[in-house]
Amino acid sequence: MSSSVIPPSVRRIAILGAGHVGPVIARLMFEAGFEVMIAASGSPETLELITQVVTPGVEARWAADAVAAADAVVLAIPLHRFPALDPGLLAGKLVVDAMNYWAPADGVVPMFQGQELSSSEIVQRRLSQSTIIKSLNQIAYQDLEDGRRPAAAPDRHSIGVAGDDPDAASLVGGIVDRIGYDPFLLDSLSAGRVLQPGGPVFGALLTRSEFERAIHTTAVQR
Amino acid sequence: MTTSTTKTPREASGTSPRFPLELGLDTFGDHEHDAEDRPLSHAQTIRNVVEEGVLAEQVGVDFFGIGEHHTDDFPMPAADVVLAAIAARTKRIHIGSAVTVLSSDDPVRVFQRFSTLNAISNGRAEVILGRGSSIDSFPLFGYDLADYEDLFEEKANLFAELLKGGPVTWQGNLRPSLKDQDVVPYTEAGPFPAWIGVGGSPQSVVRAAHYGFSLMLAIIGGSPARFRPFSQLFLQALERFGREPLPIGVHSPGHVADTDEKALEEFWPRWLQIITKMSRVRGFAIPTEESFKFEVGPRGALFIGSPETVAQKIAANLKTLGANRFDLKFGMPGLSPSSLMRNIELYGTKVIPRVRELLAESTGVELPISIPT
Repeated sequence: MSSSVIPPSVRRIAILGAGHVGPVIARLMFEAGFEVMIAASGSPETLELITQVVTPGVEARWAADAVAAADAVVLAIPLHRFPALDPGLLAGKLVVDAMNYWAPADGVVPMFQGQELSSSEIVQRRLSQSTIIKSLNQIAYQDLEDGRRPAAAPDRHSIGVAGDDPDAASLVGGIVDRIGYDPFLLDSLSAGRVLQPGGPVFGALLTRSEFERAIHTTAVQR
Repeated sequence: MTTSTTKTPREASGTSPRFPLELGLDTFGDHEHDAEDRPLSHAQTIRNVVEEGVLAEQVGVDFFGIGEHHTDDFPMPAADVVLAAIAARTKRIHIGSAVTVLSSDDPVRVFQRFSTLNAISNGRAEVILGRGSSIDSFPLFGYDLADYEDLFEEKANLFAELLKGGPVTWQGNLRPSLKDQDVVPYTEAGPFPAWIGVGGSPQSVVRAAHYGFSLMLAIIGGSPARFRPFSQLFLQALERFGREPLPIGVHSPGHVADTDEKALEEFWPRWLQIITKMSRVRGFAIPTEESFKFEVGPRGALFIGSPETVAQKIAANLKTLGANRFDLKFGMPGLSPSSLMRNIELYGTKVIPRVRELLAESTGVELPISIPT
């Protein structure tokens, strides 16, 4: 199990990855009132051009600086780059794993291929000094902004939140709620398998009841 | 440092003060069925695509693009060969790829093929480079999808060098280097138009600007308006790299029929079929009818309906995105040749004139060029 300290609350969030997904999550977090930093593999100067236009209000930083200043980190890098990521960078941090192992679309990554474990369990094993919560991975990035609904909306969509640490999961659930989604908590990273590619809710905008039904009828659908 | 021309005040009409409005059609060589819903042969589908390109010119379409695909649903691996056949039977229409999967191709060969197409067509060739939504070329040609980004970066860099003309000296890691290499055929009038198709990554937008390619926004799901920052990013990045503004285009799927009802009735079952198939292969949930309705509606990415419905949506999105080009990806595996030909006819004779009219009527169009840096 991880040795990271769960913060009492989350105010500052670091997003790692500025591809398709990272900037969208950054914008949602910023609009929800969080202090948001974003980092890519390169220098903040290159990234600034992007943040100024695409995610105004979000600060471009070096990855190490962004992580150090953050209460929670969202991992939104391509999964095939994950094996090269230094686990020390994220030691002691609450980490939201928004990555997917999606071999038919993105290719095979040996570290994740043919494993019994869910991809986030593999991420947790490698980032042993961090607390991993699987979330923000299952709705397509192009739907994330328009899929948001206010807390009371009857057609509010669910986002899965899976983790072994209930306090950490509940914190991430709070973030999900604030950006405009109904957090659907799953009590382990292993249970988070339903959120993965090939799972019953991957790529879908579903209300809580639809989400629940989809998970429970997995066997029938596949 | 910017030159004074980048600060040209925008005009009140049209979508861009610098670039003409262009309205095109794209196909992926979607496998066609006959009127009794029996699949035609791949060969017949390809011959039909040639006829579709010829009809597109006859009804006034500006561009006809063919996207590289490698499956039974889209048997279209050699788009440039088909484009050459269309070139030989047309005089005016521009022809090009939509897209060429550059990462699994050789940039020198791509340049040679499109430079040849440019020769055959008297300067009407264009190339749109990108990933597309198809991944089948990677295993086919022995590439690893995990290398996609690195391959694209390096090959886009080489392609930009090739486009300049003259002997090429280039060094990379994933393709043998070139030293003072003469690459023929030379183009007659400088580089032909080259675009990069961008899905959702701002880094790809910056890359297009860096190499001086035009930007083709591939909008196939979700709200097109969310791409507006990408247009702004593109223009600002061009300025940062000391380049003149370049065209911005939009590629989106759709279907035009005589009425909204007919268009939906023809398109929906075919779309559902292909999406269901893809969802099984790739492992994502099958989209609901509700999500389809969103995409068809005014805020979605599917351009389906009567000529008026589709024209209104195109005009609105070109304005929002500050784009001067729209390419409608028409067809869907299983549609019949007659439905496709009718789509092309309506697009050319009704949609295009109506979009031009709507954009000429509108004033105070907010273009990204006016955004201060």
